[in-house]
This record gives sequence, C-alpha cells and structure tokens, in this order.
Amino acid sequence: MTNPFSTEAAGLKARHTSERLFKLSGLAAIIFAIGFLAIMVGSIAWTGSGALRESNIQLSVNLGSDNVDPSDINGASYRTIVRDALKERFPDVKSRKDRRKLYGLLSPDAALELKQFVQDNPDLIGGNEDVWLLASDDADIYLKGGVDTSLEESQRKFSDVEISWVDALTAADQTKRQFNKRFFTNGDSREPELAGILSSLVGSALTLVICFAISFPMGVGAAIYLEEFSRKGRWSEFVEVNINNLAAVPSIVFGLLGLAIFLNFFGLPRSSPLVGGMVLALMTLPTIIIASRASLRAVPPSIREAALGIGASRIQTTFHHVTPLALPGMLTGAIVGMARALGETAPLLMIGMVAFIADVPKGFLDSATALPVQIFLWADAPQRGFLEKTSAAIIVLLLFLVLMNLLAVVLRRKFERRF
Amino acid sequence: MSDISSKFATGINPFAKKSSGLPDKLIMIVLISCASVAILATIGIVMSLIFETIRFFEQVPITDFLFGTQWSPQTAITAEVVGSSGAFGAVPLITGTLLISFIAMLIATPLGLASAVYLAEFASARTRSIAKPLLEMLAGIPSVVYGFFAALTIAPFIRNTGATAGFEISSESALAAGIAMGIMVVPLVSSLSDDVINSVPQSLRDASLGMGATHAETVRKVVLPAAVPGIAGSLLLATSSAIGETMIVVMAAGLAANLTLNPFEAVTTVTVQIVTLLTGDQEFDSAKTLSAFALGLFLFVITLILNVIALKIVNHFREQYD
Repeated sequence: MTNPFSTEAAGLKARHTSERLFKLSGLAAIIFAIGFLAIMVGSIAWTGSGALRESNIQLSVNLGSDNVDPSDINGASYRTIVRDALKERFPDVKSRKDRRKLYGLLSPDAALELKQFVQDNPDLIGGNEDVWLLASDDADIYLKGGVDTSLEESQRKFSDVEISWVDALTAADQTKRQFNKRFFTNGDSREPELAGILSSLVGSALTLVICFAISFPMGVGAAIYLEEFSRKGRWSEFVEVNINNLAAVPSIVFGLLGLAIFLNFFGLPRSSPLVGGMVLALMTLPTIIIASRASLRAVPPSIREAALGIGASRIQTTFHHVTPLALPGMLTGAIVGMARALGETAPLLMIGMVAFIADVPKGFLDSATALPVQIFLWADAPQRGFLEKTSAAIIVLLLFLVLMNLLAVVLRRKFERRF
Repeated sequence: MSDISSKFATGINPFAKKSSGLPDKLIMIVLISCASVAILATIGIVMSLIFETIRFFEQVPITDFLFGTQWSPQTAITAEVVGSSGAFGAVPLITGTLLISFIAMLIATPLGLASAVYLAEFASARTRSIAKPLLEMLAGIPSVVYGFFAALTIAPFIRNTGATAGFEISSESALAAGIAMGIMVVPLVSSLSDDVINSVPQSLRDASLGMGATHAETVRKVVLPAAVPGIAGSLLLATSSAIGETMIVVMAAGLAANLTLNPFEAVTTVTVQIVTLLTGDQEFDSAKTLSAFALGLFLFVITLILNVIALKIVNHFREQYD
C-alpha cells in the first residue's frame, strides 16, 4: 500500500495544481471586477478632462462709432459686428452657404461676450480691437483633435473649408485654449460649448437638503422607538419587516409613488426639489433606520443602567445619554444614505425632474433637475460636444460621492468609541 | 453634586422624575409616528399601484396584459379607431427583463462567488482590507454611470467584435446592458456570500483539513456545500436588484419590444417601459399611462417575493449555525 501522504502519492501533484488554480481564479475574479471599475472610471475621466478646456478664437472687431453708439452701448447689434469681423478676416468667402458655415465657427454666445467686453471697457469704443471670442462646439472638437481628418469629407460633420479656416486662424496664433469656467457657472444649454452643471448641481443640493431634513429626524426617531421603547411583539416585528422590504423596493417604484401620491393626489408642484427630496427621503429612510439602530445597539447597557439607576426616566436616559453617544454613528449612516440619494436617477424621472433647466433654481418649489438626471439628458443629446460634458459631469458626481463617503469614514474614525 | 445635596437640604426628593421639557406622552407619540412612516410608505406604494392598476384593467383585460405577446402602447392614442386601442401584452417586456437579469447573473455569480471565496478563505488581512472596499465601490457608483459606459463603450465594443467575426449585432443589445448590470451587482453577491462563508463553523474546515484535504478541496467540498443556502439567498437578492434596475437598461437596452431570447438583439424591459410611458406629456386616464402602474405593481410583487424568500433562507441559515 502506498503512503497517501508521500509526495509520490497518485494524483497529489494534480491536486496541488488544482489548488493553485482555484486560488488564482478567485484572485482573477477580484482583479477583473476592480479592473473593470478602473477602466470605466479612467476612460470617463479621460474623456471628461476635455470639458475643462474651451477654445477661443481671436478676431479684430470694429467698434467704430457707426457700429457702437457710446451713449447707447446696449443698443448696438453685436451679432452683426461679430459677423462683419469674420467676413473681414476671411474676405474670400462669398456664398451664403459658406458664410453660414463661417459664422458657425463661433458660438452663438460670442455676440453676448462682445457686448460684455464693451460694457466693461467703454473707452475702447471708436477703434478696432482684438477680442477673444468663444468657439463653437464643432470648432472646439477640431481644435482638441477630435476630428478624424483621414475620413471622407461627407463622413464627418466638420468640412474641409471649416478646417482650412481654423487652420489659418491657428497659424496666425488666433486660437487658444483656456480653462472652461463656464462649465461650473452656467446652467444647461442646447449648445454644448455653453452648457454647464451649475443649475443641476443646485437642484441636487436643494433636493438633498429636503431629503436630509425629512429622512434623518424620522429615521432616528423610528430607530429610537424600535430599539429603546417598543416591546418585542407583533407590532415591532411588523415594522421591522416593512423596513427591510422597503429597503429592497426598486427605486423606480418610489418614483411611481411620488407621481401618484405627491403629484396627483396632493398636487405638489411637478419637477420641484421638494417632491424629489420627499421621494428620495422615503428611499433613504430604511438605510438611516438600519444604521441608527446598529449604532444605538452599540451603546452598552451599562450607560442606560447607570442613568436609570440615579433616577432618570427612560426618556431622559434615551435623549440625554444614549442618543448623544449614538449620534456620530447615525450621522455616518445618514451621509452614506445621502450619497446614495445623490446618485439616484430613476425616481426623479418619474416626477418630472427631467426637464430642460437653464436657470439656477431659486427655491424648493422651482422646476429643477439633478446632476445624475443632467448626465442622463446629456448622454442622450445628439451633438458630439456633449460627450465630454457628460463625462465631466460624471466625474463631478463621483467626486461628490467620494467626498461624502470620505466624510463618513472620517466621522466614524473621529467619534468611534469602543465601549 | 452640590445640586443634589442642596435638594436634600430643602427636602425635595432628588430621585423624583423631572420633566424633560416636553411631556413624555408627546415624545412617545412623535417616536411612534416616525416608526409608522415606514409602514405608511409601504401602504402608499401598494395603494397607488393597486388603484391605478385596477383602473388599467378596466380598460384592458388582465389576461391580455399577462399573456399577450404584443407590446405597442403608443397606438393607444388613436383610440377612436375600433380595434387599435394599443397592445398591452407584457410578455416581451418580462422576457426582456429576465433575459438581461439572466445575463447579469451569469456574470455576477462566478465573479462574486470567486471573489467571496478568495476574500474569505485565502486572502491575507492586508489584501482583504484593500480589495473589499474597492469591490464595494462598484456598488456605490450610480447606475446612470454604468448606463453611460454600457451605451458608449461596451455596446460598440460588442458590435465591432461581432462585425469582425461576421455577426450582425444591434447597437443596443441585451448583452451590453447585462454585462454592465452584472458588474454592478458583483459586490452584492460577494459581500453577502463573504459573510455567509465566514459564518460556516471553523470546526468543519478543521475536520476536512485534518483528513488531508487541500484547502481548495475543503472549500469546494465542505465549506461551499455548507454555505449553499446562504449563497442562494444572496443570489436571489442580487437577481431582485437586477430586475428592478432602471438606468442601465434605459440607456443601453433599447425600446423595441422584441420577443426574443437572443442576447445580441435589442430587447426592452419592464423598467424601461415605465420610464418611457411616464416621462413627457401624460394624460392620466389613458391606458397608456395607467399601464405603467400595472408594470410597477408587477415589478413590486416580483421583487418583494424574491426578497422575502431570500431573507427567509438567509435567516434560517444563520440560525442553523449560531
């Protein structure tokens, strides 16, 4: 009989190989999943970094007194001035079709920019002035190297003449790229080069304020009741089952609830951060309740016994001694819940927070949209310029999520107590 | 301290309950109503779904909804024409949902389980402390990001791969959405399975190792079989969240209600149809908008059943070894 433990035993080598393979497959699975994460975030960040820079074109505009009346700066037709400047820069362009293409090199906002420039420098009126104006999204993509010039002209949106104009401008040092402040200070726009995330960011902030104001006190109250006061019985079990199920309800169903009850039954304003926050509050409630209960449970009974022993009532014990000790844990749970609410899109689509919102919402009842919804809208937009905007908005969203989660970790580290 | 002794001096009982500002009764009422909100929310969901669904079934027979194979709610607008009141057969949506969830689980199950086994059984404490939070990050990324990545990177990649191999693959395929969704639910499977594997008693492992089995054999033949119920529970929970997932499929799966099991074709899902039916203008009596609530009720019931079963299994498993 052979010794089954000797290194020559039949099949032992095969068994060790399979052991190694088994271990390796586990490691491979983890590396694959994390690699997917890295590729996804990396590629989006790479695309999105383009949105941080915008292209400008320098033109010599005629601010002569027949164009701009010094006594009536706002009355001048800056659109015509900009177009004349373009015509002057490229005098060979004669046909209407080509002229329209030429005007398309600049953003529709260029005239407004010029107006602002003249308002800021009224003493420049009367002469010719070199001004930097915002380029359109198509010119911007070309300047960033996003146009494949090896393709047939009919296969790309940016034609050969347009390329020749931009090349001529670049050769004369009349194009430049600079930091895109607009992306952070503008609202949504139909023009990719003008679109920014401010309106959706404010919408998200307003929604989260409502969400927190509702879900945190309620979640903490429910947790205190369930942990400290309710007797174990049918009722508390029923509440518990309800909370667990609520945590697993698909988010879009909460949107249906908001639509049917908050909008149609109570008649609250559609698309408003108020309704969005209420729907998200119901969604985050289970998270907060579960986290708060866990942190109440972590407070040792000796604290309660000590308080009760020197004569505090149960309510005093709970509110003066137990809850303050559990509060950091509750806040941590709430922040994690808020982070999840910030990334939520589907329920907000149901209650109409999916509209085109160019203005920054001023209150809880204004029409608003949220950052993830803005991402969804931009991802759907046909213009290519929105691609990098979408990616950049995703990066901003992820940054906020990382910040919130870091805050939760820091809070936990700072206030965590081992009893 | 001085407070207490001064009270003794004046003869007031220092142990008498002092009012904490608000009357105790009021505080209790507030706390109980906070706890009831969870119940109210559930009731609200069920009520809003059921009432609209009943109104929907007044217009469209329930059998047409459950067994019809045609889904084209858009024609419902021209209701004057007899016979063209729209087709509300949910079968293509349900098969589409199941197809995408199946693809997702096909990806998430091996990845999640292998990660969980590695983390629970083989990884050093250091690797674990790095890999686990990174895996959890996958679950923290909003689904709209996965949807964007699926539509923009995965779908073209699949189409190009198919084109070089001579296949015609539509740009919105069930596969692209399924892959993204699968990766998203990996942490759900892995962290729950990890817990379950950890709660298998060490004595089982020691016995197996003592008999001369290798570590991998112990895991395969002793630990995993012992953990099967818990793992099944975690897979059910992941399936339920895949069925209810919305943004990935809205952005990557398409709108056409094809009744197909081919993962390379565009399919639509229950959640996609709810979103398309309810965004934009809506009149609240048309069968078109009401059908979204019927779909929502279907979704709610399915995920609820899956969750109840999963939680039962997991709890039963815990009791077995505790």
